[in-house]
Amino acid sequence: MKLVTAIVKPFKLDEVREALGDLGVAGVTVTEVKGFGRQKGHTELYRGAEYVVDFLPKVKLEIALADEMVESAVEAITKAAQTGKIGDGKIFITTLEEVIRIRTGETGVEAV
Amino acid sequence: MTDVFQLQYALDTFYFLMCGALVMWMAAGFAMLEAGLVRSKNTTEILTKNIALYAVACTMYMICGYGIMYGGGSFDYFLSGITGDGATGVEEPATYAPSADFYFQVVFVATAMSIVSGSVAERMKLWAFLAFAVVMTGFIYPMEGSWTWGGASVFGMYTLGDLGFSDFAGSGIVHMAGASAALAGVLLLGARKGKYGPNGQVNAIPGANLPMATLGTFILWLGWFGFNGGSVLATASVESANAVAVVFMNTNAAAAGGLIGALLLARLLFGKADLTMALNGALAGLVAITAEPSTPTALQATLFGAAGGVLVVFSILALDKLKLDDPVGAISVHGVVGLLGLMLVPVTNDASSFSGQLIGAATIFVWVFGVSAIVWGILKATMGIRVSEEEEFSGVDIAECGMEAYPEFVSSRG
Repeated sequence: MKLVTAIVKPFKLDEVREALGDLGVAGVTVTEVKGFGRQKGHTELYRGAEYVVDFLPKVKLEIALADEMVESAVEAITKAAQTGKIGDGKIFITTLEEVIRIRTGETGVEAV
Repeated sequence: MTDVFQLQYALDTFYFLMCGALVMWMAAGFAMLEAGLVRSKNTTEILTKNIALYAVACTMYMICGYGIMYGGGSFDYFLSGITGDGATGVEEPATYAPSADFYFQVVFVATAMSIVSGSVAERMKLWAFLAFAVVMTGFIYPMEGSWTWGGASVFGMYTLGDLGFSDFAGSGIVHMAGASAALAGVLLLGARKGKYGPNGQVNAIPGANLPMATLGTFILWLGWFGFNGGSVLATASVESANAVAVVFMNTNAAAAGGLIGALLLARLLFGKADLTMALNGALAGLVAITAEPSTPTALQATLFGAAGGVLVVFSILALDKLKLDDPVGAISVHGVVGLLGLMLVPVTNDASSFSGQLIGAATIFVWVFGVSAIVWGILKATMGIRVSEEEEFSGVDIAECGMEAYPEFVSSRG
């Protein structure tokens, strides 16, 4: 099993959600996050004083997947979240040791 | 007593009370404006200050403030005799109840004090602020009020009314007075941590909630019709009804002019439409017309308001250059533009003079600023007026009120 963590532009969330739904992905956890990458921050203005916003808002999706699902999910996220401009985000894949469904106590792929 | 007079008495009293209620609502406007322009970690405390200062102002003005301001030397404390009949029971017959006059006056005191709370926001101790409110509303404001609207002489030296001083609804008496007390407080309190950098740079500390600040400005704009409109003191005759209508028209026109002036100037200076400056501009327009809303034409009122709106933007930038940290711009809106309002009176009102306005403004400023500085100084030396650096960082909500405005992760376990 793998944990796919994708950081995407907030306005792309709906498209990513739809693409993952079409694949039959059973669940996604979404968090509003802030950070910086190559896009860096931008400046804003308040009462005549400029200030730098160092961290830009992004959306983080965490998806637990069976191994055979990973490739198609990554493809779906990439396709849906891509604008071609700087700041499109990243996908991280980590190995998932165990998954447990709290309601039933099921473990492993059954619980994903 | 004729039936017509009874009707006039009832109508004027009713009008006076409703205008007072509108001015009372301005306290809500100040509370929302200030809560919107501070950071969310300081929301509960600024709201506590705003509603508590209103209660303090009402109580202190009842105990001694009204007596000092309008007692004519014989102080009637605790409003003794105020429940009488205005038509027959007082020396000068009026067309409204005496207690309606108290109610209308008391909400002005609260307005003057509300101005202070925004300037010292995010770093002042709650109880030091409320202690100051007791002195301001019970003594400092009533004294200068007695020299202006009260008609008393300034310590027996001169009488402002004789010098051609005129301030219709209080650009100087209420607004500049509040700002003078605020300026003294800001000078002794210092800037918020991080507002000014070591090399003279001005850092932005954005307000947490601009919808709230905008709502507050709308509420103030509405309340101002009571503030200026009620200051006609009557509405139940053709003459006074006409005056009330002109005052409403000009008050509205000036606010509109002020907003447009500030919005356009901010766009020219910064390249963006700064909402907070536009809000300050509307209030500046209102302050500018408050000293004389009854004699200008609608066009003049708009231009006076626009002058206030332009001046307030430059004033806010200048105060930042001087490292006078005023989170909501109250000193600029009410103080600098309050002075402008006083100086614009002779342009349309022949009964006033520039020299009289200058002497009146100087009298109000020297008195309120001087005594406020002494009071703030005493508070600083005894109980302290500023929270600790750590408390300022974590927010005065937790430090002073023990609660957040927007609590998260709250457990119900005891």
